[in-house]
Amino acid sequence: MLARMLSGDFPRSRVLTAVLLAILIGLAFAPFIFPGTRSLNVAAKVAVFVLLVASYDLLLGYTGIVSFAHTMFFGIGGYGVGIAMVKMGAGWGALAIGAAAALTLSLAIALAIGLLSLRVRAIFFAMITLAVASFFQILASQLSPLTGGEDGITFRLPEPLQSRLAAYYLVFAVALALFLLLLRVVNSPFGRVLLSIRENEFRSEALGYRVVTYRTVANCLAALGATVAGILYAIWLRYTGPDTTLSFDIMIDILLMVVIGGMGTLYGSAVGATLFVVAQNYLQDLMKLASGAAKGLPLLPDLLHPDRWLLWLGLLFIVCVYYFPSGIVGRLRARGL
Amino acid sequence: MSAAASAGAKDPGAALPGARLDWIPLALVPVLALAALPLVGSPPTWVTLTVAGLAMGMMIFMMASGLTLVFGLMDVLNFAHGIFISVGAYGAASVLTRMAGRLEQPSLASDLSAMVPAVLAAIALAGLLGWFFERVLIRPVYGDHLKQILITMGGLIVFEQLIHVVWGPDIIPLPRPGAITGAFIVGEAAIERYRVLAVIVGLALFAAMWLLLNRTRIGLLVRAGVENPEMVESLGYRIKRLFVGVFVAGSGLAGLGGAMWAMYQEQVTAQMGMQVLVVIFIVVIIGGLGSVGGCFVGAMLVGLLANYTGYLAPKLSLGSNILLMVLVLLWRPRGLYPIGKA
Amino acid sequence: MPEPMLSLAGVNTHIAQYHILQGVDFEVPRGALTMLLGRNGAGKTTCLRTIMGLWRASAGSIRMDGREISRAATPDVAQLGVAYVPENMGIFAGLTVSENLRLAARSGEPDAGRLEWIFGLFPAMKTFWNALAGNLSGGQKQMLAIARAIVEPRRLLLVDEPTKGLAPSIIANMVEAFRELKRTDTTVLVVEQNFNFAKALGDTVAVMDSGRIVHTGRMDALAADSALQTKLLGLSLEAHQ
Repeated sequence: MLARMLSGDFPRSRVLTAVLLAILIGLAFAPFIFPGTRSLNVAAKVAVFVLLVASYDLLLGYTGIVSFAHTMFFGIGGYGVGIAMVKMGAGWGALAIGAAAALTLSLAIALAIGLLSLRVRAIFFAMITLAVASFFQILASQLSPLTGGEDGITFRLPEPLQSRLAAYYLVFAVALALFLLLLRVVNSPFGRVLLSIRENEFRSEALGYRVVTYRTVANCLAALGATVAGILYAIWLRYTGPDTTLSFDIMIDILLMVVIGGMGTLYGSAVGATLFVVAQNYLQDLMKLASGAAKGLPLLPDLLHPDRWLLWLGLLFIVCVYYFPSGIVGRLRARGL
Repeated sequence: MSAAASAGAKDPGAALPGARLDWIPLALVPVLALAALPLVGSPPTWVTLTVAGLAMGMMIFMMASGLTLVFGLMDVLNFAHGIFISVGAYGAASVLTRMAGRLEQPSLASDLSAMVPAVLAAIALAGLLGWFFERVLIRPVYGDHLKQILITMGGLIVFEQLIHVVWGPDIIPLPRPGAITGAFIVGEAAIERYRVLAVIVGLALFAAMWLLLNRTRIGLLVRAGVENPEMVESLGYRIKRLFVGVFVAGSGLAGLGGAMWAMYQEQVTAQMGMQVLVVIFIVVIIGGLGSVGGCFVGAMLVGLLANYTGYLAPKLSLGSNILLMVLVLLWRPRGLYPIGKA
Repeated sequence: MPEPMLSLAGVNTHIAQYHILQGVDFEVPRGALTMLLGRNGAGKTTCLRTIMGLWRASAGSIRMDGREISRAATPDVAQLGVAYVPENMGIFAGLTVSENLRLAARSGEPDAGRLEWIFGLFPAMKTFWNALAGNLSGGQKQMLAIARAIVEPRRLLLVDEPTKGLAPSIIANMVEAFRELKRTDTTVLVVEQNFNFAKALGDTVAVMDSGRIVHTGRMDALAADSALQTKLLGLSLEAHQ
């Protein structure tokens, strides 16, 4: 039963199992264990970002391609729901239509980008996705009658979802289900072909696998995952705007999460996303204390300033890329913990 | 010495083409400018826009040329290139704000006595950072594109934060020197002095780079290295030394571009490098990855198009360069001037 | 017996997970032309690249004129006086013929007398002095690649399949050029598939198979022994004869 749910892909490390269980239980009972608006917000964001980062790992970790368009798909999900709710009223029908439209658009764009540029080198793909994503950011800010420009869109949800509790469990359930689905994808024969392409593109091509096709499918699946994450995040926030979805800063956050957690393992995405979101919200408090303690010393208070928390995660990121390419999860597994 | 082989004797003197200039992409620049004339309508406005576009293009070229050269020679695409731009801008700002007194006098000499050190500081600071990047961050990941992208992104995150640590989180307003503020009036057209300066600096830089690449031994090495680094090593040259040199020079140029851009915008932010990076990538793709000439033409096209569309259809202006990139790639999938390897 | 110019002992080379050279031993005597023969995939090209430092030997010793070079970087090997003409010729297509040659002359400008000698060997180099190397014909590119290797006197030339893809008339020119080169007592190691070419030029020969040397000796002895040829080189060479 458990094996089927996890598609036979167990954490393979006692510490990791404990951490994952803690995350799962923490998220499942968040409204009861951590009452309060702030912690519930953190929990919902963790759930959304686990899905967002896991879908990105399908590209980066399992397929070995770097895309900078993941936030674009995240944004399409958010704006799809937001625009539909504002234009069509706060009903289930509008929610469904918005979500469906967003998923269709994402699929179409992912397909187009994939077919046009996945046959060329990794660097080219990275640059093209960066350009397309920035174009979308511009589009969102220019089409203000539709998107609310820089202000974004605030909207109302259908009645049952107005309860925070109901909205939270919707977000949690969908994110969990899709995470398990992604686990299934990467452990399927399809996932194994992706890995073999990442290891040796020419060999896979020689074995008769259509590399471009496989990469394009992976790109589309990742895009759909990000779109769903965007839909969920919009539902949770009852708001969509450039800063919560499209911004390049979020793209950098995703990269940090996936690399620190561990590329090429979906559990790494879960660990990385949780660690990052928690750090984003609580590390700053810690740094405020440290910065205060270091008062009077040269430079150190500036380095420990709460606003500089990304500096430390950035350093951790670099260390991970050089020395621990499989991140926290890889370390735990390698050391047999 | 005896003459032996004589293949090629079939067509003696039938000279094969030498280094021939592919003029079609180059011609696009005047074609674009002329095509915009009837659309803009008023010639004075057109002159103003064209000069503005060329100036913007020149500054983009300064910032982008190093990136494309580093890519061509070392096969490294530095996603942290924007940091050199920002650091150059901050370096120039630090010098200029200390010398603000000299900028208030409306004399060109006094202005230049502040601007030249500011620009030199920008180049030196960005070059130094480039040296650090090459030695510490990038050297261990040559040949691995995935890690290169990730590691340079990491460098971007860390150094953007360090900029905040050193220069503070706030936007720094930048005084623009008095003698180059204002405009020349030619007929009915107003031409901003600063833009003329940018065009002059950009042209001088392009000419210097062209001479360096085509008329010196170092340039010969760089051009050969772009094509086949392994063979250059087999001829006995240490390409790693060349890498460091080009990387530092490319970073310095980005710093120069950043300083010029900051004086143009009259402010400095840590994000400015990242903001222009997208445009720079587009220019590098349009020009053909690794091609300095292509980078120049691409920068001019992007600069002109941005200014014309900014006047004709402001809503389209920000997206115009993406449109241009798509059109160019449909015409020439590897850019205007594709380089040997790809 | 004088010390050989180049000697390999127990050289192993791995490329990714493949074990290509599995203990290569042979010597290149001074002032002679040594032919390295063998089937496709025997490891001949890898052998040259390992000498050049383009692949790193995982074990064994490579001595150039008595100096250990198996750990040396490619530019250092080149500066010891080794010139390399790779299988794909490695010419710089975007540079002119003259630029290709100027780059190969490490002292700066090529020596005028030496250049005249090269023009004598390959008149096309003079004709197309200012042409882009990429626009030359295949044979002319090969000539440029060899001219580049000898633009200054070198102590050892490594040439990978100089006749590959060339028309018979051009191969005849190539033979003449190598004969002239031999008159200057240059030490040369040539990887070849074309047995007639090898027979015409080789002083000594080494034959590789599956990453090892399976025969060394005098070229004329091998040329005279067709049974040995068949045993060592099999059918792959018959096709070239």
